[in-house]
Amino acid sequence: MATATPKSYFWKGFRDGTPFVFVAMPFGLLFGVFATEAGLDVVQTMAFSATVFAGAAQFTALQLLQDNTPTVIVLISALAVNLRVAMYSASLTPYLGAAPLWQRACAAYLIVDQSYACSIARFEKEPDMSVPQRMVYFVGSVTPITPLWVLGTYLGAVLGTQIPDSWALDFALPITFLAMIGPMMRTLAHVVAALVAIVVALLTVAVPFNLGLLIAGAAGMIAGAQTELMLERSKS
Amino acid sequence: MTQIDTTTIWIIIVGLAVGSYLLRFTFIGLVGDRPMPPWLLRHLRYTAVAIIPALIAPLVVWPSATDGQPDLPRMAAAAVALTVGFATKNVLAAIFSGAATLYGLLYLVG
Repeated sequence: MATATPKSYFWKGFRDGTPFVFVAMPFGLLFGVFATEAGLDVVQTMAFSATVFAGAAQFTALQLLQDNTPTVIVLISALAVNLRVAMYSASLTPYLGAAPLWQRACAAYLIVDQSYACSIARFEKEPDMSVPQRMVYFVGSVTPITPLWVLGTYLGAVLGTQIPDSWALDFALPITFLAMIGPMMRTLAHVVAALVAIVVALLTVAVPFNLGLLIAGAAGMIAGAQTELMLERSKS
Repeated sequence: MTQIDTTTIWIIIVGLAVGSYLLRFTFIGLVGDRPMPPWLLRHLRYTAVAIIPALIAPLVVWPSATDGQPDLPRMAAAAVALTVGFATKNVLAAIFSGAATLYGLLYLVG
């Protein structure tokens, strides 16, 4: 593949990203339903999905809004949930940092779980890829996902209010998130981080403004980082 | 469920749109090729696995749909979704088995 054009890398990315439509579509649908039930109209719901483009943070914001949380706390908590995209951005920087600024500015908007997961796997496997090849691969990997995320949101927003309570959609969010968390438990440090965060979250549930979430999140991150350090020391 | 004020919703949407974009842009756009301190990266690695469970745990233990009463079908569904996701590394399989557990038990119990 020495003569591989940027175009062929676009389609490679597209192929690798395609399985994720089975996540993006239902997740978008759920957000549309959830937003409608929270009282957002179709325009607000669509603007939310299209501009923020981060399912987990969007669900968090709506959940907290319904609990009458002050606006500032809603924003901080939702952005805290989304901090991982900053981590992805940091991790992609060595591979894409040399691209022109306008390309990096566009790519930044497209950093989501799926495009990151596909791209970092491919970049590590093929260290000889040029920067333009990496960039088109990255864009290719998110191309099948974005339209279906937006379409799913729209369908959910339009159909949402017709869905009866007996479907127990209140629990779709916990199930979806827990399903995403399971595969992220790659090391003991990840498990420790999650367990500490859960215990602290349950203990701080009475703290006002949902600040318990941030306290628990910080506790979990510190626990994970410390566990990683301990594991490294015991290895050497 | 309380009605949310329209202005608040738009503040949240715009704030999150700008904030999320800055989160994404900061490193790839501004840091460029400069290295970041290892202690920072070490904490960032655990952001998702700490914040998301912290968000979910109270919803599982005290679900709003049952007015905060602990509920067997919901707890079981949560346990199944997490376990299947962990064991199979397959998000979709985890979602479907969690949903199947929830509906199965809601049908049997309630």
